[in-house]
Amino acid sequence: MSGQKINHILHQKQNIPICFSEAILQKVHKIIAHYPEGKQKSALLPILHIAQEELGGYLNVDVMDYIADLLKIQPIEVYEVATFYSQYYLDKVGKYVIEVCRTGPCAICGGEDIQEYLEGKLHIKDGETTADGLFTLKTVECLGACGFAPVMQINTEFYEHLTPAKIDIILEDLRLNATNDKHSDKTWAEKYS
Amino acid sequence: MGRKILLENSDIPNIKSFDVFRAHGGYVSVEKALKTMAPDEIIEEVKKSGLRGRGGAGFPTGLKWTFLDRKSNKPRYLVCNGDESEPGTFKDRYLMEKLPHLLIEGMICSSFALGVNTAYIYIRGEFKYLLGILNQAINEAYKNGFLGKNILGTNFSLDMYVHPGAGAYICGEETALLESLEGNRGNPRIKPPFPAVVGLYDCPTVVNNVETLANVGYIVNFGGDAYASIGLGKSTGTKLISACGNINNPGVYEIELGMSVEDFIYKEEFCGGIKDKLELKAVVPGGSSVPIVPKELILFTASGEKRLMTYESLAEGGFESGTMLGSGGFIVYDQNACIVRNTWNFSRFYHHESCGQCSPCREGTGWMEKILWRIEHGHGNMKDIDLLISIADKIEGNTICPLGDAAAWPVASAIRHFREDFIFHVQYPEIVKNIKHGALYKYDNQD
Amino acid sequence: MMLKITIDNQTIEVEEGTTILQAARKIGGSVVPPAMCWYSKLEGSGGKCRTCLVKVSEGSAKDPRPLPKLVASCRTPVVDGMVVQNKTSPEVLEARKAIVEFLLINHPLDCPVCDQAGECDLQDLSYDNGKVSCRYQESRREFEVIDIGNLIKLHMNRCILCYRCVYVADQIAGKRVHGILYRGDVSEISTYIKNSIDHNFSGNVIDVCPVGALTDKTFRFKNRVWFLKPMTAHRDCPTCSGKVIAWMRGSEIYRITGRKDEFGEVEEFICNECRFEKKNINDWIVEGPTTLKRHSVISQNHYKEIKTPSIINPLKEKMEKQTNDE
Ligand SMILES: Cc1cc2nc3c(=O)[nH]c(=O)nc-3n(C[C@H](O)[C@H](O)[C@H](O)COP(=O)(O)O)c2cc1C
Ligand code: SF4
Ligand code: SF4
Ligand code: FES
Ligand code: FES
Repeated sequence: MSGQKINHILHQKQNIPICFSEAILQKVHKIIAHYPEGKQKSALLPILHIAQEELGGYLNVDVMDYIADLLKIQPIEVYEVATFYSQYYLDKVGKYVIEVCRTGPCAICGGEDIQEYLEGKLHIKDGETTADGLFTLKTVECLGACGFAPVMQINTEFYEHLTPAKIDIILEDLRLNATNDKHSDKTWAEKYS
Repeated sequence: MGRKILLENSDIPNIKSFDVFRAHGGYVSVEKALKTMAPDEIIEEVKKSGLRGRGGAGFPTGLKWTFLDRKSNKPRYLVCNGDESEPGTFKDRYLMEKLPHLLIEGMICSSFALGVNTAYIYIRGEFKYLLGILNQAINEAYKNGFLGKNILGTNFSLDMYVHPGAGAYICGEETALLESLEGNRGNPRIKPPFPAVVGLYDCPTVVNNVETLANVGYIVNFGGDAYASIGLGKSTGTKLISACGNINNPGVYEIELGMSVEDFIYKEEFCGGIKDKLELKAVVPGGSSVPIVPKELILFTASGEKRLMTYESLAEGGFESGTMLGSGGFIVYDQNACIVRNTWNFSRFYHHESCGQCSPCREGTGWMEKILWRIEHGHGNMKDIDLLISIADKIEGNTICPLGDAAAWPVASAIRHFREDFIFHVQYPEIVKNIKHGALYKYDNQD
Repeated sequence: MMLKITIDNQTIEVEEGTTILQAARKIGGSVVPPAMCWYSKLEGSGGKCRTCLVKVSEGSAKDPRPLPKLVASCRTPVVDGMVVQNKTSPEVLEARKAIVEFLLINHPLDCPVCDQAGECDLQDLSYDNGKVSCRYQESRREFEVIDIGNLIKLHMNRCILCYRCVYVADQIAGKRVHGILYRGDVSEISTYIKNSIDHNFSGNVIDVCPVGALTDKTFRFKNRVWFLKPMTAHRDCPTCSGKVIAWMRGSEIYRITGRKDEFGEVEEFICNECRFEKKNINDWIVEGPTTLKRHSVISQNHYKEIKTPSIINPLKEKMEKQTNDE
């Protein structure tokens, strides 16, 4: 039987200057203060969420090295964590990341049909991004909303009891809104105040 | 039947806010605890209450608290486990969204009892919206003097923070959760030592589920005996059950432990029966990790007694014919659901979520998934079925953390109770290949 | 207080804090469970591979009930009065066989082209505990081979994720640039970005690696280890103890490694200069031939028996190709 190729490439640093805004930096320091002296590494997960959202939508090497520097840890410690958790994106994604739940309870309520519908509608497969850079489609495991199946998240906002008609409306809305900036009250940083 | 402890006030408008919550008796337990009780008295009441961990394992909470190392001079921590990623389970999310202050209240009492001055609420990263809700509630509690220094003028101080995960089921396991809280990969730790002795930042730590902690306020207010009088036998109190799958009324229900499974499935105020007037085929009553059981065995035990919603009754019959209450993720399958596809699906879930630290789980979950994929897609053979049982058997009990067991049980139980479905898949690959998304018995109906 | 423990009917007294595995090593012989991930010199190691599982048939003098599950002997502290079964428990042997099977299902079985062949813990383990038939019919994982600097090569396909090399980097080789990435069965050892592991002591990752995942690039494919004579040698090294094994053929040094004890652990970590740069016989004072202390396929000439033809033949082409590529 043929092998299952694992394509984990060695990434490249671009050496682009990266920095949080002053306001975000303040938040970041507030978060670090949630943990005892010397345990600033604890803030890594929340800060990576913020970094991903504020610094380009995904975690490239430059962003991760910046965070390592900020938290005074080795870059490899950040890579180890970023590659472990499924919510961190290591490659460029679309403006809207659509994550469809594929786990049992959703699947028996039509979750797989929803995925198929989205693939057909956006002309992309699991993991791909539309040519206009607007949508990335991903399947994910149980989102903890099984009673509202089928379920998906778009940029971590929940959409429940999905039907093809409902999806049409949701996507249309997003397309229309794509030129507006993100709603700032929905960002990670905002939820920390 | 029908008494509520947690969700009693959940429908009151704006109960999320401190003022409304307080007006309905909120935080009274904190006043009682801090001003009139000694920490040990609270632990004693929790022991008396018979409260058992609601995160899945059902370990007596009072007993767990007595394991906390009180001799060391290190700080102690309380960590609330709001990772809730077990497929079928969505009760903690509901509780935190509707009644954030109920959790905070329970955590303040618990922290006081345990001598804790810093507490964290760990929520899964997908619950980003809860971060805002919880942080707002915590801010309100600070403002009103229920958190921070010298709470209610006593010399007890407590800080509370929310910590988000980032997409990893394994971080629900308590030691993986602590690793994640420390900013590391979510690799479960090797035990012993247990968190009660070496936990967060190597300090004594108690990790409890959201629902467990939310019950503590009631126990402080009304006493352990009052709590123990609710429920049945050793399954005291109420339990949040999140019901989903092919039923008429999916949702979160607070039930008094001891009601019959049949009532829960068929009564209008609960699941409301099977959707589209179909027949019940099987139930996974405690989240995807617990064994799946067919209709006959979920409604009645092997010895013919009515199955009840209690830890003991659901487990009766052991792995042969029983299952578990687990986290209360109640998944119902109708006659059309394909058990093989569902087993493959769950198996893929565990494969995807294995942290990869120990060899039986890392290698075994992938192996099982690949075999199940083949069977489900019409490429299986008869030997595969017993091979699956053998692999599950080899994983179970040999791993660092219980995720290995959790991956093994659904496979072993599905084959135990639904072997003919697996055989069908092997025997009729052409039929199987043509059934979309596993609605196996649709083909039966067409005859 | 000394604690009493009985392993496979042999009793010994050990100090508090000793693990079952350490106690077993004190007794020695067949009561010693195999250890693929634990390393006495690396803090925090162990517990992961599960090859050292044993049965605790009596928990302690106070509470003689058996423990419900097999435990990892490398990380389980001895309790006074404990009774443990290793080789005498069919359950343990069965579990160990299963673990070997798990470790091998995704292993490339490329022993014929692997530098570690002949001194590989996984070969030893499967020789001692494995079963013959392979029940795994699915596809195997394949990773790219990567360079981590010009001294060390990483064959991720062979890695068993014991984490030892990570602990070495953390504990003895300064700033760590490699680690465990991703998760589950696609997790891997890597540097994530192009990076080289170079620190005075980084070469020790090769010695601690139980398989042929991390190998010495200055030695690769120059020769098969069983054609070489291991000689005890030393030099006056300013950085490390300078106590090594020089692997020689005639008067030529092909490779330098640390000295290993009977459990396959290095006695002392050596520096990169000794390991990679001193390949001239004049650099060393050669003391004489080493007797390999450890039960191993090299010393027992078992190597041929392990290689079943069905494994070798499909690989022959690949082997030749790879050797030519070098
Ligand atoms: C793989 C795995 C996942 C778990 N997930 C959760 C979870 O999402 N939420 C939870 O409360 N407990 C979870 N647990 C159980 C916890 O390890 C722990 O037992 C629990 O948080 C203790 O709290 P309790 O005693 O209040 O139930 C999980 C356990 C395992 C092995
Ligand atoms: S059982 Fe699985 S999830 Fe748990 S530690 Fe082992 S590999 Fe990780
Ligand atoms: S490369 Fe070798 S030492 Fe490192 S984890 Fe893999 S097997 Fe262990
Ligand atoms: S299975 Fe889809 S949210 Fe749980
Ligand atoms: S040596 Fe004990 S688990 Fe690996």
